[in-house]
Amino acid sequence: MKTYDIVIVGGGPAGLAAAVAAKEAGNDSILILERDHELGGILNQCIHNGFGLHTFKEELTGPEYAYRFIKQVLDLGIEYKLNTMVMDIAPDKTVTAMNREDGMFQIPAKAVILAMGCRERPRGALNIPGYRPAGIFSAGTAQRLVNIEGYMPGREVVILGSGDIGLIMARRMTFEGAKVKVVAELMPYSGGLKRNIVQCLDDYGIPLKLSHTVVDIEGKDHVTAVTIAEVGPDRKPIPGTEERYTCDTLLLSCGLIPENELSRSAGVTMNPVTSGPVVNESLETNIPGVFACGNVLHVHDLVDYVSEEAKRAGQNAVKYIADGCKEAEGANVIELCATDGARYTVPSTINKDRMDDLLTVRFRVGDVYKNSFVSVYFDDERVMHNEKRILAPGEMEQIILQKKKLDEYPNLKKITVKIEKE
Amino acid sequence: METRELTCIGCPMGCLVTVTLDNGEVKEVTGNTCAKGDIYARKEVVNPTRIVTSTVKIVGGDKERVSVKTASDIPKSKIFEVMKDIDAAQATAPAHIGDVIIKDVAGTGVDVVATRNVEAV
Repeated sequence: MKTYDIVIVGGGPAGLAAAVAAKEAGNDSILILERDHELGGILNQCIHNGFGLHTFKEELTGPEYAYRFIKQVLDLGIEYKLNTMVMDIAPDKTVTAMNREDGMFQIPAKAVILAMGCRERPRGALNIPGYRPAGIFSAGTAQRLVNIEGYMPGREVVILGSGDIGLIMARRMTFEGAKVKVVAELMPYSGGLKRNIVQCLDDYGIPLKLSHTVVDIEGKDHVTAVTIAEVGPDRKPIPGTEERYTCDTLLLSCGLIPENELSRSAGVTMNPVTSGPVVNESLETNIPGVFACGNVLHVHDLVDYVSEEAKRAGQNAVKYIADGCKEAEGANVIELCATDGARYTVPSTINKDRMDDLLTVRFRVGDVYKNSFVSVYFDDERVMHNEKRILAPGEMEQIILQKKKLDEYPNLKKITVKIEKE
Repeated sequence: METRELTCIGCPMGCLVTVTLDNGEVKEVTGNTCAKGDIYARKEVVNPTRIVTSTVKIVGGDKERVSVKTASDIPKSKIFEVMKDIDAAQATAPAHIGDVIIKDVAGTGVDVVATRNVEAV
């Protein structure tokens, strides 16, 4: 079997952008492995517009955004294999995969880029009481049925969870003649973007019930009704607040989980908050030469940020190989820490000797904060204090660190990101 | 005098904006906390428009559906007329990004164009 310098696991937005960046950085030995029958990943079924405002300064649909990168992959002659499932990534970066043409095969790689994306939290992980009839779909499954296969999952719909895919599907199914009766969200705030709540729900008079959850599903063979109830601050249903909706479909849009089975078995250290790998400033995991980017690393809100992050992973993989595949030096490593409302940071550590002049640190907050400050501390000294009118869990936040600023603190051990009232 | 309430989509704040109209003319915008809200509210009450995205059945191609969008935004009030035309349409492969699938959809003067490539088989 042929060998490659860089094997990229996943041909969605992250894998494509990483491949293009690696090729442009001068490496000609790149292979993308994709389990679907086409490149583009989940973007192919995200036919709504709003993608690419940051990257291309225009609003594209998902398939159009994906094609901008697919075309570059094709034009640059980057190799890829479709219908190919990666079975294992060994700690020595041997990738084991299989497909119908090649059977099972192994590729010893110098660097591996993890770009497997994420998947939806299924019903089994939500502990919803009631029967288990047909008619219960994750929002993304419904999206695939409607947009790719051309099937309508049902006509009368209740949606649990206000994640963006659920909101998008509320509008999409309304367009196709379905009646979306209600969107119930367990939390007191929506997990989706504001523009989706307005343009997918408010536009069509679909009610969003915050602090509500499903307490019963009726129907032996197929869903016939769903009961929702208000929840208290403990997120437990409040007796007496039940409302029953007759319907034939229940969509679940209750969060996304990075798909890291391969990373775990390779021995990659995981961050329990993001469910993604712990990475350093180069987006490199604890295994030297194994990089991660996109939704497998942490769930993003905008694909533009995925592309930007993946580009860095691709460039860093090339740099790692060009530098002789050496383990990162342990000295000068600064720890990044998220507290007081900031839930996590990506990356988790910075090796100052390897960082670029500017480093983007991304994070999410755990609650809605109005008129607050994003503060950055270098050890105990506050060095950044950015006022924010609003911070919400559904939107990714970022700070940008300057290398020259870090150079002013030669003994810096820890950088802390926190949310402060003043 | 008539008032309309909207949620601004300019940022995650989602300000509840109240627009006061007199004979269809905007008299006052209140509740917004920045200039974005004023701009959004004025456009939204006088001339709300949307890009409509959907899929069209396609025959003779490597896919069953071709995803489409209106080439530019259309009046919000026309969305369901546009959808009716989109659902009734059928395309023939090949279709490439930007190809016109429906001309002048629902009399809006706007074309519906393909947003992905479907090759003939």
